[in-house]
Amino acid sequence: MLKIKDLHVNVAGKEILKGLDLEINAGETHAIMGLNGAGKSTLANTIAGRDDYEVTKGTIEFMGQDMMEMEPHERVAAGLFLGFQYPVEIPGVSNLNFLRTALNSVRKLNGEDDMSAAEFMKLVREKATHLNMDPDMLKRFVNVGFSGGEKKRNEMVQMAVLNPKLAVLDETDSGLDIDALKTVAEGINVQRREDTAVLLITHYQRLLSYVQPDKVHVMIDGKIVKSGGKELALELEEKGYADVA
Amino acid sequence: MAGTAEAQKQVQDVTGEYKYGFVTDIDMDMAPKGLSEDVIRFISAKKEEPEWMLEWRLKAYAAWLKMDEPDWAKVNYPPIDYQESYYFAAPKKKDGPKSLDEVDPELLATYAKLGIPIREQEVLAGVEGAAKVAVDAVFDSVSVATTFREELKKAGVVFMSISEAIREYPDMVKKYMASVVPVRDNYFAALNCAVFTDGTFVYIPKGVRCPMELSTYFRINAENTGQFERTLIVADEGSYVSYLEGCTAPMRDENQLHAAVVELIAMDDAEIKYSTVQNWYPGDKEGKGGIYNFVTKRALCKGKNSKVSWTQVETGSAVTWKYPSCVLAGDGSVGEFYSVAVTNNYQQADTGTKMIHQGKNTRSTIISKGISAGKSQNTYRGLVKVMSGAEGVRNYTQCDSLLVSSECGAHTVPYIEVKNPSATIEHEATTSKISEDQLFYCRARGLGEEEAVAMIVNGFCKEVMQHLPMEFAVEAQKLLGISLEGSVG
Ligand SMILES: Nc1ncnc2c1ncn2[C@@H]1O[C@H](COP(=O)(O)OP(=O)(O)O)[C@@H](O)[C@H]1O
Ligand SMILES: [Mg+2]
Repeated sequence: MLKIKDLHVNVAGKEILKGLDLEINAGETHAIMGLNGAGKSTLANTIAGRDDYEVTKGTIEFMGQDMMEMEPHERVAAGLFLGFQYPVEIPGVSNLNFLRTALNSVRKLNGEDDMSAAEFMKLVREKATHLNMDPDMLKRFVNVGFSGGEKKRNEMVQMAVLNPKLAVLDETDSGLDIDALKTVAEGINVQRREDTAVLLITHYQRLLSYVQPDKVHVMIDGKIVKSGGKELALELEEKGYADVA
Repeated sequence: MAGTAEAQKQVQDVTGEYKYGFVTDIDMDMAPKGLSEDVIRFISAKKEEPEWMLEWRLKAYAAWLKMDEPDWAKVNYPPIDYQESYYFAAPKKKDGPKSLDEVDPELLATYAKLGIPIREQEVLAGVEGAAKVAVDAVFDSVSVATTFREELKKAGVVFMSISEAIREYPDMVKKYMASVVPVRDNYFAALNCAVFTDGTFVYIPKGVRCPMELSTYFRINAENTGQFERTLIVADEGSYVSYLEGCTAPMRDENQLHAAVVELIAMDDAEIKYSTVQNWYPGDKEGKGGIYNFVTKRALCKGKNSKVSWTQVETGSAVTWKYPSCVLAGDGSVGEFYSVAVTNNYQQADTGTKMIHQGKNTRSTIISKGISAGKSQNTYRGLVKVMSGAEGVRNYTQCDSLLVSSECGAHTVPYIEVKNPSATIEHEATTSKISEDQLFYCRARGLGEEEAVAMIVNGFCKEVMQHLPMEFAVEAQKLLGISLEGSVG
């Protein structure tokens, strides 16, 4: 589903990703772990096609398509979802309006008609309830005045509504209390299917006991230095990055 | 501009170009080119005006000749040659259509194309659940149709073109015209007094809540023709009216002048809500052509506890010079100004308001949202003035500017004059660049670049947009997006 080969990325003229390889197949959940500053968010933003992340070398292939040729919104239409480490506030735009515009934009890019208002409301309510989100939050402006945990939960509602093929979740677990963590984990697990894949980015092992990954990768200084099964996460927690790598 | 399905569909399938830029091919009655006493006589005769009106126009013309064009606004345009323009253009009519069935089909087609419901049955067949909106359609210099007159008449509401009002309600027109904006108020107002052609007259009697939204739709069609609209709205004691105006013009390489005067008068406990969606042709990407929109709009809150609320969404015109204002004379009266002004490419807007607090315990609120893109210049200019006798005045002003490009300009010029120490005046202003984080967040949720800008801008304008009547709000939101097309990248 996702094939990254020898990826080099510059941010503000400085090389941050230095030859990264990663392959994720449908039906798999991978975790990338690494310390602050390792380049995890850079990888996530590059996959999503953010402007100021300059790919100097290497390739990213998604669902058989060359991602470098695709605009950010086209990547979303092809089935990519990025859960933000720091979800952005958009004053004046209600969550509902935002979600509906997003969903219909994606549908349009895929040659589908707009979803009817009634159908949309039903879908959103169902997903919000499932993720324990207060329905009132749907009417509020996107992420404005949300607590850290509420923002992350909101990302999960967006993911559930957009129903992506590949979800890249950048530190979705950070800033959550244990109850919220369980709800979010549940939301991620629902998203794991035979035809979908999930890439979890985190620097704690915590989330991984609720969402068990098929593979764990250790990232240091812009490269994946070690890959293994879910036991690698525990090993990291015990021994620290320096010893494992 | 009402929210008919047709209008909404049209707005949806835009291609990024100004979509109202077509020309209607129709036989026109034109005044001779240029401006002179004879031309004024011609206009007055065409409108079958009484002698007093002609005298009034000629006096205004004499006054205008002695005045100078203002140059204090932060706008630049080449000198206007007033002799190069036409001052009267009207679709030729056989005998004056008495009913809509007699209106030239070309005209009806034009309004259909613009999405304006000037046939009542079309209004009623519009979007499910849409409110009824009565329309006065002004084409170049004349009103071609007003709808729902009978129904309004039953409520005692007078809604007709100003030309008709001059003939049918001369006393009222004499009493109120130029009572809020004096003839010599400013250069463009004086010019308007001399050559004004059409516009709307509204009278809401005591205690009447106008049963539907009233609207006027202005269309400039003829080449090299100025449009001089004149609107007068009088809300008698305890009455309420919501009035909307919309405007479009064809794409032409020459600049055309639109110099309007709008006067509102609110008696005791009366309320007037006046909304504008201004979408005159803004000129092309290189700044060629477009309308000069030089407009004087002022309300007199004459009665105690009266209220006037101006809401404007200004997206069109090459140059806008416009300050809808409130003279808060009645004790306890309230003035509001909610404005969104979008400029793109080479557009220039110098717009804002004046709140003149004369009465005791008068209150005003000013919310201005300026969005500049391309190489445009966008200025908020506002005055809050508190007279010495005005005890207990309160004003709140908030001016926010959003920059979409790095080559545009946003300016805030607030004037505050307070002659009574009991006043509470609050002023807040912000200027920010459109956030890359917000743009990317939208794009990472499937929005195209321009959709993302439109979404963020609409959010930025939310506090103003929510004051628009529903029928206008949907269209105005789309208009914001359309106006900013081509502004990113
Ligand atoms: N927009 C940016 N401008 C400049 N430097 C950046 C930017 N984004 C990230 N970096 C730098 O890139 C490195 C990797 O950051 P990031 O990808 O956020 O790491 P992680 O998510 O693993 O904590 C850090 O040194 C960070 O300072
Ligand atoms: Mg990070």
